[in-house]
Amino acid sequence: MSSRRAAVLLGLRSLGREWRSGDLAVLFIALFVAVAALTGVGFLVDRIDRAMQLQASEVLAADLRLTSPDQISTTYETEADRRNLLHARAAQLISVVLKDEATQLTNVHVVTAGYPLRGTVRVSDRPFGAPQAAQGVPAPGECWPDSRVLAALGAQVGDVVNVGAAPLRVTRVLISRPDQGSGFVDLAPSLLMNEADLPATQLIQPGSRVRYAALFAGDRRAADSFSLWLQKNKKPAERLGDIATISPEVGSATRRAGRFLAIASLVSVLLCAVAIAMTARRYVQRHLDLAALLKTIGASRADVLWVCLTQLICIAITATLFGSLAGFGAQFALLAVVGDLIATELPPPGFMPVLLGFAAALLLLVGFALPSMLRLARVPAMRVLRRDMGPPPLGAVLAFVPALLAVALLVMQVSGDMRMALGFVAGLGAAALSLMAVALLLVAGVARLRGRLGVAWRYGAANLARRRAESVVQIVSLGLGLSALLLLTILRGNLVDDWRARVPQNAPNYFFVNIPTQDREDFRGMLSADGGTLSRMLPMIRGRMTQINGEPVAARRFVDGRRGEGLAGREQNLTWSAEIGPDNRITEGHWFTAEEAGQPLVSVATDMQESIGLKLGDKLTFDIAGETFETTISSFREVQWDSLQPNFFLMFPPGLLEGAAGTWMASAQYRPTDPGTIASLVRRFPSVSIFDMDDLLGQVRSIIDKAVLAVQGVFIFTLLAGIVVLLAAVQVTRDERRYESAMLRTLGAQRRTVVAGVMLEFLLIGSLAGIMASAAASIGSYFVSTRLLEIPFRPDPLIWIGGALGGALLVCIAGYIATRSALLQPPMSTLRYG
Amino acid sequence: MERKIVLEAKELTRKVSSPEGELTIVDGVSLAIGAGESVALVGASGAGKSTVLAMLAGLDLPTSGRIWLDGRELTGMDEDARARLRADRVGFVFQAFHLVPSLTALENVMLPMELTGRSDARQAAHEILQRVGLGAREGHYPRQLSGGEQQRVALARASVTRPAVLFADEPTGNLDTATGASICQLLFDLNREFNTTLVLVTHDTTLAARCDRILTMAAGRLVT
Repeated sequence: MSSRRAAVLLGLRSLGREWRSGDLAVLFIALFVAVAALTGVGFLVDRIDRAMQLQASEVLAADLRLTSPDQISTTYETEADRRNLLHARAAQLISVVLKDEATQLTNVHVVTAGYPLRGTVRVSDRPFGAPQAAQGVPAPGECWPDSRVLAALGAQVGDVVNVGAAPLRVTRVLISRPDQGSGFVDLAPSLLMNEADLPATQLIQPGSRVRYAALFAGDRRAADSFSLWLQKNKKPAERLGDIATISPEVGSATRRAGRFLAIASLVSVLLCAVAIAMTARRYVQRHLDLAALLKTIGASRADVLWVCLTQLICIAITATLFGSLAGFGAQFALLAVVGDLIATELPPPGFMPVLLGFAAALLLLVGFALPSMLRLARVPAMRVLRRDMGPPPLGAVLAFVPALLAVALLVMQVSGDMRMALGFVAGLGAAALSLMAVALLLVAGVARLRGRLGVAWRYGAANLARRRAESVVQIVSLGLGLSALLLLTILRGNLVDDWRARVPQNAPNYFFVNIPTQDREDFRGMLSADGGTLSRMLPMIRGRMTQINGEPVAARRFVDGRRGEGLAGREQNLTWSAEIGPDNRITEGHWFTAEEAGQPLVSVATDMQESIGLKLGDKLTFDIAGETFETTISSFREVQWDSLQPNFFLMFPPGLLEGAAGTWMASAQYRPTDPGTIASLVRRFPSVSIFDMDDLLGQVRSIIDKAVLAVQGVFIFTLLAGIVVLLAAVQVTRDERRYESAMLRTLGAQRRTVVAGVMLEFLLIGSLAGIMASAAASIGSYFVSTRLLEIPFRPDPLIWIGGALGGALLVCIAGYIATRSALLQPPMSTLRYG
Repeated sequence: MERKIVLEAKELTRKVSSPEGELTIVDGVSLAIGAGESVALVGASGAGKSTVLAMLAGLDLPTSGRIWLDGRELTGMDEDARARLRADRVGFVFQAFHLVPSLTALENVMLPMELTGRSDARQAAHEILQRVGLGAREGHYPRQLSGGEQQRVALARASVTRPAVLFADEPTGNLDTATGASICQLLFDLNREFNTTLVLVTHDTTLAARCDRILTMAAGRLVT
């Protein structure tokens, strides 16, 4: 038998006893909970993340949407078939829909079977009725006009209307389409019909203004790779849309939520690391004698290491296996709680989180356990004669570099973001070092106080001071764990507040577009008479940017290629206003002064500034209804797109564009007294298009709600992980405490005094860790809020009280549970058997 | 008859750094011990006995000086090489027994043989446990054995490889007089039986008196 095999066998033989003695059990529990938390969060984040992607895709009615002014080649569909992607076609044109004498200019949507690939068409059996999900698309010969079309035409379900030359029977009332858009491009009343009827309408003539779309959806990777393929193979006039380019509101919410969930998982990773490091350290402490003995009787350094590695590997494999299973189960338990609140069905769990769990366990062990284990190999054999001799302390490089590398790799894997990874690791390192320095000062301070305290306090303070290094490590570990939890609490509060602030309860629920200038005041009066409140009314004209500093837009290369090209090249909605809304903030330059009315100036949204690459003073030339305007950029505005107020990329001062033909748009808080009021509004102002935003608001709110729920779910999981880390921290000093308790009781101390002393020590550790954690979390959350999440930071003074009290309470409870049996064990049994 | 020298030390010095500055705990110790000889190292606490024992066994290295064990120079070897030499040629008995708590008596005795790759470890361990009178208790864990029994297991573990030198550090220090005497008897029996060189550190004058030679240390130096 080789010495290596003997070492492995010894490791295996000792497993059972090590387990009973508690060391490996604690390591197992720590690793188990860590992996369970990580995979549980991983499963949840993965599924919710994918659900959010799908939800966001609903706004496109697809994962990818290719649009073109010309008919789109079927070769894309052939390629999509080859990649097992679903596809459908849609076309959009403006046409007059007729019934008898009545006419209505209508946005006609022509779709094929399968539409929408993502999201749901909602219909009703009567105008402005309760929506329900539609099955399929209108059959040939049928159509689904929306309530405004029917109101304008005076038509009912069952009537026949004419779309161009084709008579189509109304079989449903269209309430909403997923791709009706959250911008203000797609605003006229709508009608949905089958593509098979398109030739009969005779609407497609040379020069007809039709917008064609090809929709694709399917497996995310296949869709991503198809997106790349399309970018290479599409014609120049064809535009490829994904969530980031088409819907800034949903895109920004999803991005923000994704980042937050990633940070939440990172906190779990941090807790894993703390738990592993603490238990590994204790394991090493307890195995110093064995390592010295083995060396004395002839084991090499590698043999010594193998005894421990064998046990570590066994524990790692089983803990990871059971931890992954528990994480998998916990995810279902969590979903069972929040399932009803998540409207859409989550995609099935993927296998990735399990792999991530295994990889994470390995990385955590290598980063946080192995460096300590290596110390075992360096225990001097001399320790068998002189127990005070230990291994040389872990060098700074070994102590921190593997740990930081492991965290960095995990962060990279979890967040997929180098900037976030580096920021997190730097923050973690800084927090650990500062916590260590502060903890040393605090422990020294407490040690000075001990002479002035009562017996129990003195015993507690003495414990803290005597095990100074251990106390500092515990306070730092607990402090890191607690600060992670507190950080999450502050961030969650800030994020939720921010979201609530962004989508307020009194957000406008109706949009009115195409209000003729001369009808403006009448319209406002009629709406007010029915209890509506206009929140913003702005003029709206169409125009196209033609030159930037004299250079034609078409010839320009853009900072953010595709998006810049899209923003600059397309026909824009333009407005003018003397006032800047509260959801707009000037970042550079100044808002139009009263003296600048009529000046050729323009204020540009920062999104457009960044994508196109603009600076103050640049000259932008516009073609508005055939007339050319050269304007100078006088300010840039950061626009809060998800305020759900009308907003524009480009705003001009009053007195410049009034001559151009335009209409007005308005947003309002409006609860019609009865559905008929809307119909009469349509009849009174036939050109005005009315949009009920409740549906869009519902979509956005639903995404935000899901994100908040996911955050809370993750938060609960992280909290559980944190509590177990605390338990582990207390558990590792259990043997020492048992011995001390036995000694003190043998010397005549009452059980009450011993318990009080230990509890006071826990109280000190917990409250010191809590206070430090509050400070670290406040500083950390300031940076995460302002730099990563880009939301306002609101300090929370309650965190300090909560941190200290919570830390003390948690450590006391966990400490009492963990040490109760040790403290209450008869002293004789401890002193006799160890 | 001239005994073959199995353990030799020349001018051993061991210095350690302390808050008060450098301390010399062993100062110029030279000795030579023959095969099968029994030597007691005695002296007051802090005289440097255990440090000399540790250096002779290769557990610690001298600051200066040289040591040869069974003809090989310990002071020129790295830690792993010294460990291999100990596995082959050295046995240990400690005051605190130092049994592996997670292994049975039999497994504890098998351990050094397993580390050297011996295939007959179980049989040899079984035989020597019979020899020390613990045949019936070889399946017991250290916790289930009395102090004297634990020291017998330790003695069996130290002797089972037939070491050239057996080092003992206060082997009776944790035992009552009667048990100590029986362990002492067993130690010398095995020493004779296996012709093992015995080097022991002790405060027990009776035990020291049974050795062939007594070396006395004071303030880090050999005084006799």
